[in-house]
Amino acid sequence: MNALATPEVETDSTVLRVQGISKSFGDNQVLNDISFELKKGEVLSLLGPSGCGKSTLLRCINWLETPDAGQVRLNSERMGYTPQGTLMKDAQLAALRARIGMVFQHFALWPHMTVLENVMASPVHVQKRSRQEVEPEARAILEQVGLSDKAGMLPSRLSGGQKQRVGIARALAMKPDILLFDEPTSALDPMLVGEVLEVMRNLAAAGATMVIVTHEMKFAHQVSSRIIFMDGGHVVENRSPDQFFGDPQTEKAKTFLKDVVYK
Amino acid sequence: MLDFSVIWQERDTVVRGLETTLSLVLIAGSLSLLIGMLLTPLFFSRQLWIRKSLEALCGAMRCAPFLLFVYLIYFGLPSYGIELDKWTSGLVAMVVYNAAYMAIIFKSVWVELPTDSIEAATAYGFGGRKMLTKIIGPLLFMRSIPMVGNQWIQIVKDSAYLGIISVFDITAAFNSIQAIYFNPFVCFIAAGLIYWALCLLVEAIVHVVARYARERIA
Repeated sequence: MNALATPEVETDSTVLRVQGISKSFGDNQVLNDISFELKKGEVLSLLGPSGCGKSTLLRCINWLETPDAGQVRLNSERMGYTPQGTLMKDAQLAALRARIGMVFQHFALWPHMTVLENVMASPVHVQKRSRQEVEPEARAILEQVGLSDKAGMLPSRLSGGQKQRVGIARALAMKPDILLFDEPTSALDPMLVGEVLEVMRNLAAAGATMVIVTHEMKFAHQVSSRIIFMDGGHVVENRSPDQFFGDPQTEKAKTFLKDVVYK
Repeated sequence: MLDFSVIWQERDTVVRGLETTLSLVLIAGSLSLLIGMLLTPLFFSRQLWIRKSLEALCGAMRCAPFLLFVYLIYFGLPSYGIELDKWTSGLVAMVVYNAAYMAIIFKSVWVELPTDSIEAATAYGFGGRKMLTKIIGPLLFMRSIPMVGNQWIQIVKDSAYLGIISVFDITAAFNSIQAIYFNPFVCFIAAGLIYWALCLLVEAIVHVVARYARERIA
């Protein structure tokens, strides 16, 4: 396991620090010694062929999957471990997770709650903030994603695009340090992709720190400040979007960019 | 011809039986639901012995004939110094027996819960009691409604066994009427119609609740 490399964690603007993450499922090594850092306001897109480990990496960041080796730091705090190096208790881990917003491919809204309740649930029940304080914020966020008229509806009544915008609103309501997007448009009708990408574009422009797993190449190019290209559980390239799309350095990236649709 | 007029004359007896059955069914139905729900998380306990003991207990309840279990409570417990009156014995038997069934129902629904909703809750910092009360509990309850409804109908019918330990329920009431008037056919048909009506009532309630739940579980 890697030692903490730098002592000045507190002072710089690094929000996320991933160091030497490896993960296997049985004999299948999905992630192999992955490291990268993300500063406040940066937007990182994780690209790569299906099965390259992008989603697993994302799930290791908020400890939905426990890495076999390596560490993840959110600001100065280490996911899964206390400052004393012991395993975190469930409640400690939960509190840390609540500072990471995650948007899921299949929305994963809570079907028994209305749109407004979905957005308010974590701030109220996990962050223990008062309803009176959270509700106006939640309504403002719903307005921001264009769904203020759907507040009282159940998720089952919404279109896919609307569901995913609720998913984003739910993440924003926790005022997270970082937002993780796991293929947020992959389960959507092509017609509905645009509305979700627009919301994400606005977030990026407003300075949100984001990690995005996506197959939308043009979007990734436009919105990201950095691209990580993965293959076979390795980081193959870690560069600026213009460099990656304009002048890929590796054969794997070249092949990948030839095969995917840039739109 | 079937002559139901006798039953009208004996309506006080019928009402007394109906009151007993209704109170037993309502209390046992609600308590067993509540206890079953509280027991369910223990099926997923980290302690092996808790899981195993609960499975053994529920398995025993499921395989024991209800009548035998009633005998055990009413005739068996007094030998250990626990003497309950007839009504209480019947209630205890119904609650314990059906709580086990409810727990088994909830467990089977739990393992089929949508994993993505639960995973999202984990990612959003839910855990422990909040996860149970805000996410898993409501989803579990709403998805269990048809099966819980079936079990309630079973409870209505099982309550008729309690006549054996002289609980004066609907069946016992009609049994006493036919013993006076020698009209067993009319009496037991009438009793059957009342049970049927009770079951229709349960179904109607389940229908309303299920409609509420349907768009909340998708």
